Amino acid sequence: MMNADTAVAPAPTPTTAKAPLLSVNNIEVVYNDVILVLRGLSLEVPEGEIVALLGANGAGKSTTLKAISGLLKTEDGEVTRGDITFGGQRINGIDPDQIVRRGIFQVMEGRRIIGDMTCQENLRLGAFTRRDGGVKDDIDMVYHYFPRLKERTGLAGYLSGGEQQMLAIGRAMMARPKLILMDEPSMGLSPLMVKEVFSIIRQINKDLGVTILLVEQNARMALQAATRGYIMENGKVVLDGTAEELRNNEDVKEFYLGGGNEERKSFKNLKSFKRRKRWI
Amino acid sequence: MTLLFQLLVNGLIVGALYGVVAMSFVLIYKASRIVNFAQGEFLLIGAWACWWLLTSWQLPFWIGFPITLAFMMAFGVILQVVVLRPMIGEPIISVIMVTIGLSIFFQALMKWMFGVFAKPFPQIFATQTMNVFGLEVQTVYVVSLAISLLIMAGFGWFFKYSRLGLAMRATAFDQQVAQSLGISVRQMFAMSWAISAMVSAVAGVVVGVVNGVSSALSFFGIKVFPAVILGGLDSVIGAVLGGLIVGLLENFAHYVDSQWLNWGNMYEIAPFYVLIIILMFKPYGLFGTKDIERV
Repeated sequence: MMNADTAVAPAPTPTTAKAPLLSVNNIEVVYNDVILVLRGLSLEVPEGEIVALLGANGAGKSTTLKAISGLLKTEDGEVTRGDITFGGQRINGIDPDQIVRRGIFQVMEGRRIIGDMTCQENLRLGAFTRRDGGVKDDIDMVYHYFPRLKERTGLAGYLSGGEQQMLAIGRAMMARPKLILMDEPSMGLSPLMVKEVFSIIRQINKDLGVTILLVEQNARMALQAATRGYIMENGKVVLDGTAEELRNNEDVKEFYLGGGNEERKSFKNLKSFKRRKRWI
Repeated sequence: MTLLFQLLVNGLIVGALYGVVAMSFVLIYKASRIVNFAQGEFLLIGAWACWWLLTSWQLPFWIGFPITLAFMMAFGVILQVVVLRPMIGEPIISVIMVTIGLSIFFQALMKWMFGVFAKPFPQIFATQTMNVFGLEVQTVYVVSLAISLLIMAGFGWFFKYSRLGLAMRATAFDQQVAQSLGISVRQMFAMSWAISAMVSAVAGVVVGVVNGVSSALSFFGIKVFPAVILGGLDSVIGAVLGGLIVGLLENFAHYVDSQWLNWGNMYEIAPFYVLIIILMFKPYGLFGTKDIERV
């Protein structure tokens, strides 16, 4: 799809020899038996890292996350080809509640906290799959990260967007997952709140050692937080590399980060213009 | 005046029972959006099961009753898994038709197994009536009120504090979110039917002890409709209050009828009239959420 001279050479080889925590191999996803959304998507998420998955609207980013978490099933979608392995085991086709038990937790787009329950109840539900006695301590731990949630004793539906996002992340922490899939944590938040949310994401990645696969529209923030990134277009990965490589890539700069080479923005540069149209 | 007071106490006691059955009805509706027309048959089956254990097996009540509850729990799960689980994803009207079918089927099955005549329970309490604040009240009524309140408190605790209760509320709120939290929606559905069947059976046994067991018991399920709709289909508290209101209304209508009108059987229909009037002004019931769909 891309010219070899402008694209960063695909570098799927992880830096460590260890197998990645999550690997998605050439999957194809079909909704309602007819609508093909993902056409041979592959990606790898090494343990302990933050990996960003970027792309335009409708590229299939959320579908990718739902394919991994199994929630695709609830929307009449199906992985029809390829496989998804987590910690060495194949997990496609497994019910979403079983996937949570294996250690993958998705923070869905739009927060999706339970509005007619309190913060505390939402957090307890995050720990639904756990049977150990550490739930109370973990609620305190979440409150330590998000002190303002502790002050909110009313229903979670009345929280501000940023607080709801914190609650959604806190709820994910309660499950003690190995991998958190985050779908657009910055959606609908003020720039200041976006910064706060991303610093928290980095923090929990570092403190709890939890691996994070991050889907974002805000490419700048995502590539700052992430160690690696994938760029999707039309249900496929078109570009991948370390976060730094992507930050310095001319195309990424132009289409996702703004700015970039002024000359390239000119219509005179027809080849690049064509590519731009395809990207957006 | 004593009669009025007596009837009001009766209304409260019967109303509490309506409230309990209404709660178990709402439980199914909230979890799975199914309007269960076979709710009354849960009472019937529970009452017959208990009656059978107590008469044919000569078990004492305190053994027969828990066995009945365990049986009803299993019955609820099996019903959900075998009959209703395959219906998931089908249009809601088909599912409602299935519950109507179940109602007719179990009604007939019970008649076939136990006959059409009312059969009295063996005596359970040593004394038939108790004196409460100068009123003669049947012991079983007092016990039933206590049981109703206990069940209501139990529901309150279950949904507020227990892990599974929270999970059921999450399922009622948004099934996809529930699944993303690791909750098996199928298990929650089965559990809601199990609890609903069990709690209804408690009411069935209580009414059976008072009036004898017969297919008339399943009319209790019909009576619960005004209670549930009054409270707003998806509100547990609304169901309890709706039950109390219907119970009181019935007995108040009975009083008015017996004192002045002498039409007879006013108490049977009065709740339905009041239901119509209330729905004219509050179409979603007293506590219902606005966006729910009436079926």
